[in-house]
Amino acid sequence: MSALTLASLRAAGQNSPEPVERALAAAQAVAPLNALISLDAEGARRCTAATDAPLSGVPFVHKDLFCTRGLRTTCGSKMLADFVPPYDATIVERLAKAGAVTIGKANMDEFAMGSSNENSAFGPVCNPWDTTRVPGGSSGGSAALVAANVVAFATGSDTGGSVRQPAAFCGITGFKPTYGRVSRYGMVAYASSLDQAGVLARSAADCAEVLQVMAGHDPRDATSVERPVDDYRAALELGVRGLRIGVARPLFGAGVRDAMQATVHAALRELEAAGAVLVDVDLPSLPLSIPAYYVIAPAEASSNLSRYDGVRYGHRAENAKGLRDLYGRSRAEGFGTEVKRRILTGTYVLSSGYYDAYYRRAQQVRRLIADDFARAFAGVDLIAGPTTPDVAFRLGEKTADPLAMYAADINTVAVNLAGLPAISLPAGFIDGLPAGLQLIGRAFDEARLFAAGHALQSRSDWHLQLAPGAVR
Amino acid sequence: MSAWQPVIGLEIHVQLQTCSKLFSGASTAYGAEPNTQTSFVDAALPGTLPVPNAEAIRMAARFGLAVGAEVAAESIFARKNYFYPDSPKGYQISQYEQPIVSGGSVLARLDDGREIRVQLTRAHLEEDAGKSLHDAFHAASGIDLNRAGTPLIEVVSEPVLHSSAEAVAYMKAVHRLVRWLGICDGNLQEGSFRCDANVSVHQPGTPLGTRCEIKNVNSFRFVEKAIDYEIERQIRALENGERIVQETRLYDAAANKTRTMRSKEDAEDYRYFPDPDLPPIRISPAEFEALRAALPELPDARRARYLDALGLTPYDADKLTEDRAISDYFEAVLASTPGQPKLVANWINGELAAALNEAQADIGASRIGAADLAGLLARIVDGSISGKIAKDVFAAMWAREGSADAIIDARGLRQISDSGAIGSMLDALLAQFPEQVAKYRAGDAKLFQFLVGQAMKATRGQANPAQVNALLRERLDASR
Repeated sequence: MSALTLASLRAAGQNSPEPVERALAAAQAVAPLNALISLDAEGARRCTAATDAPLSGVPFVHKDLFCTRGLRTTCGSKMLADFVPPYDATIVERLAKAGAVTIGKANMDEFAMGSSNENSAFGPVCNPWDTTRVPGGSSGGSAALVAANVVAFATGSDTGGSVRQPAAFCGITGFKPTYGRVSRYGMVAYASSLDQAGVLARSAADCAEVLQVMAGHDPRDATSVERPVDDYRAALELGVRGLRIGVARPLFGAGVRDAMQATVHAALRELEAAGAVLVDVDLPSLPLSIPAYYVIAPAEASSNLSRYDGVRYGHRAENAKGLRDLYGRSRAEGFGTEVKRRILTGTYVLSSGYYDAYYRRAQQVRRLIADDFARAFAGVDLIAGPTTPDVAFRLGEKTADPLAMYAADINTVAVNLAGLPAISLPAGFIDGLPAGLQLIGRAFDEARLFAAGHALQSRSDWHLQLAPGAVR
Repeated sequence: MSAWQPVIGLEIHVQLQTCSKLFSGASTAYGAEPNTQTSFVDAALPGTLPVPNAEAIRMAARFGLAVGAEVAAESIFARKNYFYPDSPKGYQISQYEQPIVSGGSVLARLDDGREIRVQLTRAHLEEDAGKSLHDAFHAASGIDLNRAGTPLIEVVSEPVLHSSAEAVAYMKAVHRLVRWLGICDGNLQEGSFRCDANVSVHQPGTPLGTRCEIKNVNSFRFVEKAIDYEIERQIRALENGERIVQETRLYDAAANKTRTMRSKEDAEDYRYFPDPDLPPIRISPAEFEALRAALPELPDARRARYLDALGLTPYDADKLTEDRAISDYFEAVLASTPGQPKLVANWINGELAAALNEAQADIGASRIGAADLAGLLARIVDGSISGKIAKDVFAAMWAREGSADAIIDARGLRQISDSGAIGSMLDALLAQFPEQVAKYRAGDAKLFQFLVGQAMKATRGQANPAQVNALLRERLDASR
């Protein structure tokens, strides 16, 4: 069997139970990847969708931070290992209404904090291209399940690259919408001003179809935007003729492996051949994005994760001696190392006496970065660069050096700081491992990203290559 | 040693009278079973998000406009981070660097008639916490999140108050204003209106002393007593050569004492930062216009008008602007009783107030509506009945016997103003009391009143007293 897409599923016959059964079996077959935290075969089989729904009968997985009523939602944490939400996240509702069938919940870095999926209380996920390597993170389980041909798409969340980076590492397409385009209601928060739900799928076309369902204003999320959603499927046919693509020098900067630079340039030449115009642009403040991100995200996280206190839900330490002890021990036992590191960092940068030097300063840098993009977009329609400095690294390779792990996020975090939409597209292979091309758009210009992604994928087949570990 | 001067600033928590909470759709009604008015948002379930209540924002803005403050076109919700079981998110959503209301002032009138204008620092929107119930369970505490998320404005005064009497007068002025504006029910027992007091003492001309904060005092009397106790405690300590330690203190009403709750060293670092879940609160020029237009005439302005334009006494003007419902009642009666403000005021502050007091009802539950009272007063004004008869009619109206006119007619109480009828009645009376008439004419002036009394008695009080006086004098003096 070739790469699983929405089109291939439809060709196989809509509304038959086969796609769901096949996905359940495939999930079992790739169990060693450890990409699922919960499999919900019973729930999946119970689903009956109207045949005219846009994603009727399409099996998929949710990243395990979208609240699913009656199905545990762990966020990859011991803290929420037994948490069963009494409600559905908005995008869970929307996808269900569109007929898509949840077969389970994907593994992830704990509370979406990580770039390798090694920070999960449920163990690391293996990359289907090379099981000794990481799938990327934090949406590592989602990416691995799409790459392994278990499902045609998966939901993810992207706070600093958590959709795009694992998509790049796993050779699939990952889409991060504009901040405010998709509701965050029911998506467990990591860093609220940066978090945005996204999609991982084979192709830009499939991402477009799924985002069409997910996007739109939600009165339950005050940061979701009241603005009509473009017709993404129509946008696919727009092509790239005359489109100005800014090749951002800093995205090809120090730390980006030569082979990666060459591979991504080659992919860009395909877009050029399709009619796009490549021009150089600069993003001078880009190097500041890592320190700014690793102040703002932990600051928000330190506050967002305060609710996990062992009182109302989640892990509660036994035999606590009083309230403070209950708090201290429940949190010490429930959270993993990276989460604790970020809570401590975030608490520190918000503390009286340090706020101005760190948090306020980081917000100023954030504005500089947004201004950089605004300046660049005055002359181009899209901005391009490698999604990651290198291909997927080995499991355990960077766990001892958190700063090296953070530094590898250099090409993705600026997009979140500026709240922009971006797509990671398969762009070739280096030593048999996938490389990703990232295209960044203007706010709410998702349509053009789909157009460019589809143009590239109409003249290349990198996105259709199957990993050695994929179900065939 | 020169005198100590107390310096006091108040933080008043005003619960806004919205139907639903500041960031969720749960009801704010008081007194429900624990946790039955607690939504997923209020319980801070993972993934839930706050959505601001537009009505609460309008109420806060209305307060700002009413106190002449700067109401921000853009203000920011901030998170105040601390761990406590009644704060389920681990932070309270409040405002910090950019509050919705800055500055403004409130005029307070003391019992001795002295007026002080109290400057406000700010008023910000925030959500209330839940409640911990420590006595309900054995060896455990219960948490009731019904109150969690109830909207409040915290009204912060400058430290410009110098006595407990000033503090209470100011607190009452704010209390009157927020009820007048319809943004708070003002119920102190239920905690809708609560106060923290910051108290220090110093000698004038020297820097301000170290302050202590007295938390959560929920009656005017306790505020007065707590502040008085605290002033005395601080003066005593300073005169004994001790230092005042900055701390938070609790007032124990039973013991009439304040005691240490936590010292500054234990104070939390709240790590305020803008809440990323909530965009800035924006109020457009059109919304400002609508808010201004909807602002009622305020009590201070109304009181001034009652004194200057209507010529009411300060007592009447105060009474009639204590409560908007009473004031509006007065306005309604006056509108139907033009040119008689004093008469209307006397009846509302007299008979009506007494009747309401006896029935322990407020004006909204009055058995005599404004139109009904106006109907009664119209009969006084047109001379149909005397003020004395009117009191009987009022009592009958209170007993729901009908309208003033119906009662007057049914009981035949209409005043006799026919001079012919009164004249012949007097002629008969003079014939009946020849001895008294003679004595009067001989110079015993007192007997005039006797004869008036007899005339009123003969007409069961219905004769117009002025006419009786005139016609009687005419008869007695003419034939002298």
